[in-house]
Amino acid sequence: MPVEVAGPRPRDALASWARRNAWTMGLVGFFVLLLVFTKAIQPTYGSAGIQFLATSVLPLALAAVAQAVVVIGGGIDLSVGSMMALTSVISARLMMGQSDSVSVAVVLGVLALGVVLGTINGGLVVLTRVPDIVVTLAMSFVWAGFALLVLERPGGGSAKWLRDLVVGPLGNEWIPKALIALIVVVAIIWIPVRRSRVGLSIYAIGSNQLAAFRSGVPVGRTKVFAYALTGLFSALAGLSLTASTGIGSPVPGPYTLLSVAAVVLGGVSLAGGRGGIVGPIVAVVILQLMRTDMTFLSINTDLATVAQGIILIGVVMIGTLVQIRRARA
Amino acid sequence: MTAATRTNTWLTAGAWQRLFRDRPVIPLLGLLALLVVVSELVRPGVVTPGWAAVIVRASVPLAILAGCQTLTMLTGGIDLSVGAVASMSGFVVATMLNAPGTPTGIVVALIAAAIAGLVTGIGVGVFRVHPLIMTLGVSLVVLGLANVWQIQTVTSGLGVAKEIRTLGSGLAFDVIPYNLVVFVPVTALILLGLRRTGYGRLLYAIGDNPVAARLSGARSWQILIVLYVISALLAAIAGFLYSGLTNVASVTLVDTAVLPSVAAAVIGGTSILGGRGGFVGTIVGALILTVVESLLSSLGYPEAVRQVLFGAIIVAVAAAYTRVTGEA
Repeated sequence: MPVEVAGPRPRDALASWARRNAWTMGLVGFFVLLLVFTKAIQPTYGSAGIQFLATSVLPLALAAVAQAVVVIGGGIDLSVGSMMALTSVISARLMMGQSDSVSVAVVLGVLALGVVLGTINGGLVVLTRVPDIVVTLAMSFVWAGFALLVLERPGGGSAKWLRDLVVGPLGNEWIPKALIALIVVVAIIWIPVRRSRVGLSIYAIGSNQLAAFRSGVPVGRTKVFAYALTGLFSALAGLSLTASTGIGSPVPGPYTLLSVAAVVLGGVSLAGGRGGIVGPIVAVVILQLMRTDMTFLSINTDLATVAQGIILIGVVMIGTLVQIRRARA
Repeated sequence: MTAATRTNTWLTAGAWQRLFRDRPVIPLLGLLALLVVVSELVRPGVVTPGWAAVIVRASVPLAILAGCQTLTMLTGGIDLSVGAVASMSGFVVATMLNAPGTPTGIVVALIAAAIAGLVTGIGVGVFRVHPLIMTLGVSLVVLGLANVWQIQTVTSGLGVAKEIRTLGSGLAFDVIPYNLVVFVPVTALILLGLRRTGYGRLLYAIGDNPVAARLSGARSWQILIVLYVISALLAAIAGFLYSGLTNVASVTLVDTAVLPSVAAAVIGGTSILGGRGGFVGTIVGALILTVVESLLSSLGYPEAVRQVLFGAIIVAVAAAYTRVTGEA
């Protein structure tokens, strides 16, 4: 008589992993196809293109991660772009012409500031019980206003070591430092959280707040934690903005809304509780590579914006249809 | 504290709460009056009929945009495409200044806006895409197409027609803004539509409880398609007024007014979760935001401080609502 093995058999585990990550795998597959396509239409596309791609997507990729954390927790943060602007101008202003040791302190301080900003957002959402979207919309004015107080117009500077951290290749010309920086940062912060009790709680409150509360999850504290994490990633995005452009700009870029778009394209449900971090990052890279392809095909950049909108709508429509079908089946 | 006083304060607080919950316009008008008094106190002599006219003139287009938000928020949605649609409409009219003429331009702009609204409505109503994402995607499409249009028409003349300038920024007898000519009928239609028609009731119904509304026979996809077309048409009208007010035709002109329009609706007591709110509150909300902005700029505060206070006011008012209504 064969012995029953406890737990899922390896093949089942693999199958369920593939099912859970189907969307992300699809995105990665699409990215590879897109790379092949890029190489076909522009045979000179090579390591330089990859380097440019990695450096240019870094701020938005981090913004997408920031947004993904809070959306998984059932919220939404419309102040991501403003927090990026605020942390970017503060770092640019304080680092300008300073020694390396000072700039390290500045970077650590700015990261701590990001946590504080996020905690304030989350605290207000929990304490006032006003919908997340209203609170963070209002706070986006506040943070953008503070950014304007710090620097009235784009200026400041970035420490050279910070710039070296994200610009240029690492060893091999095919490995961009920006990509490594992104992987390291996300791995150091997100993986321990995801594997801990609080990570599970974030998914729980996003999935069903009442059920989570009745299972003993501290809903308020978990929500504040998710917002604090979003603040931290926004600060990282702001720092990467300073590092890659060399200055800080007080005017928030289009990052807030693009981060929401990337999160949805990356398979995170706006209803919360579903999705991961990798999907949104891959979605950001795909969007950027598509823009590049359109310039190769000498398509007007405005039509590229149109295409971006259509892709966003189309993908979400398909995703919703699939969900409706599955619910009926 | 004795029992008597406690009962007493509880009663007054309860009465206030009920007033705030049932007639949010009254406390809002109180806030508006307070802000006007503060404006007069910090700079004596500033509050004149002319000042009021300028405030009203600036509030009208914002209130119409906030009307888009009010209507969509009643159903539990939001319309972030109003900025792109409004800018596009104002811009299209400006590009047709010389060739086919302004009336044709207005018709073309309204048709374009209606198409954008139709697409949004189909996405939200039929395909059940989250309104936030749908309107965001549509605004990207509209912005891109407007830019393409800009390149196509770069050779022909471009300018805001004199009639639209007068309509958007003119003052009759120096005290009555001409844009009220547009605003009063629009407001009447929205108010009557919300209060007196079955369609208005259905908007509240599907926002309050979509399942109950569906089970009672409401076809929410039809309601939503019509809703987003109306919202886009309102945005187009606001776009004409904005281009007339600023004498600028640009494809990004109204973008900065999108978030304030949401803020005006929220301050006016419309719940972003749907089912509660109205347009009168929204108008007062738009007036409050405009007075605050004028007050802060007359005090010489930089743009930065204005934005910070703006955000703080929105949070405070929204929190007050949640406190008294017990819901968001």
